Amino acid sequence: MSTIFGIPAPALYGQILIGLINGSFYALLSLGLAVIFGLLRVINFAHGAQYMLGAFVSYGLLNYLGIGYWLALILAPLIVGAVAIVIERTMLSRLYGLDPLYGLLLTFGLALIFEGAFRYWFGTSGKPYAPPPQLTGAMNLGFMFLPIYRGWVVVASLIICLGTWLLIEKTRLGSYLRAATENATLVQAFGVNVPRLLTLTYGLGAALAALAGVLAAPIYQVNPLMGSNLIIIVFAVVVVGGMGSILGAIITGYMLGILEGLTKVFYAEASSIVIFVVMAVVLLIRPAGLFGREA
Amino acid sequence: MSSARIPVCGKPTWVQSMTDALLKIRALNAWYGESHILHGIDLDIRQGETVTLLGRNGAGKTTTLRAIMGILRRREGTINLAGKDLTVLPLHRVAQMGLGYVPEERGIFASLSVEENLTLPPKVAEGGMSVEEIYRLFPNLQERRNSQGTKLSGGEQQMLAIARVLRTGAKIILLDEPTEGLAPVIVQRIGDVLVALKQRGMTILLVEQNFRFARKVADRFYLMEDGRMVNSFAEHELDDHMNELHDVLGV
Repeated sequence: MSTIFGIPAPALYGQILIGLINGSFYALLSLGLAVIFGLLRVINFAHGAQYMLGAFVSYGLLNYLGIGYWLALILAPLIVGAVAIVIERTMLSRLYGLDPLYGLLLTFGLALIFEGAFRYWFGTSGKPYAPPPQLTGAMNLGFMFLPIYRGWVVVASLIICLGTWLLIEKTRLGSYLRAATENATLVQAFGVNVPRLLTLTYGLGAALAALAGVLAAPIYQVNPLMGSNLIIIVFAVVVVGGMGSILGAIITGYMLGILEGLTKVFYAEASSIVIFVVMAVVLLIRPAGLFGREA
Repeated sequence: MSSARIPVCGKPTWVQSMTDALLKIRALNAWYGESHILHGIDLDIRQGETVTLLGRNGAGKTTTLRAIMGILRRREGTINLAGKDLTVLPLHRVAQMGLGYVPEERGIFASLSVEENLTLPPKVAEGGMSVEEIYRLFPNLQERRNSQGTKLSGGEQQMLAIARVLRTGAKIILLDEPTEGLAPVIVQRIGDVLVALKQRGMTILLVEQNFRFARKVADRFYLMEDGRMVNSFAEHELDDHMNELHDVLGV
């Protein structure tokens, strides 16, 4: 068996793959957080709960309505996005202009309520969600076997990240979003309905989290706490990438996922803290994050 | 006794009723937090007219523009555009009524290219300039259309800030000190642009400290001091008011 730096090659590739998959979720979730933070200046603590909701909606669609994975991939983000829009209109929008702490507390409270409710209804044991038949099985890459669903997650998240980036960087709506992130009042004075833009942005961020939740359901099982397990790491990713930086969130997400995977191979004991060590170092050297603009 | 000789309600005689005014402001008061900045301002601008607000720093000129646009929300009085009250509208509806705003700080967005900055404000009416016409008026902007907005020089950023509101079909543009801090040759260029706009029939409300610049384009002047309008006169009367101007402007 071949080895790389004294590590069996399949183990190395396996961990890189796991890192890439975890990184896909870090990227998708930190992307939504960065978009929301950039425009709304709200640190969305409900992001993990919205991810969990995405997984539960697809679980519910399958088990109560017989609606399968592919449709859930579209429906779950729409449903969770709609819930988020209601939350933004009725609650979050009242907190703009106040200390950012209020938005953080509101979303944190909402996350606790959602998680508590789902624990009450479904317990804490994970619900299985089978991948669609088209994506079961594995592919022989020559140097390792790749479960097809996991390959799909990596490809899908890359497409979603790229699509979101293009939406923000290359479209008219995206130019409103970027400009409003810099100076919302002036953009509104030009006649852009900024309050509606804020609502849509919060909905979009939540929909991205839900989409990640649907993608995660067949891998991690559907569990009320799946979001809170992940969200702390995702916040670290956002801080390392630079608060509000879209590209920073995406690149850092994948990078830290792979770094975490590699740490599992070379020094497994450190794997659960390596991301936070990186965060601490980055904060010391570049407080605005790797891709953040100095304020 | 003829009633015509009795001064009416202590209003200065220059406040005439202008029934044909496009923008008509009456008794406008405005506050920043607790500080009362504007004290009962009256202002009229007719269709196609260029009106200049003169006054020292802190006289309330910028505040007047911000209150008209609705960026400053704490205000009382009426701001009437073509018969519609603007004070009841949310901020984004004001531009849609036909006002184009060129802020003092220019407000060029760093995360947008020059062209994205130019096309950012949505169209509010027909009759605005096309991007091609704007590039003909400002060739520099075309050359640098893919640069980051804030990479432009100060003068180019000012041109971009003006160009940006010409596309939208706005009926009135509010210009806040467009010549501030710019080299004389650029000031000249901006003067030419304003004259060209005027010839196209644009209505302009200009805030300036530099009245030598302003007199080239202005039809009328309003003189502001401590948040009040202290006088108003036509361009041809400017020379008669020189002493007062030097007094109020401190030049």
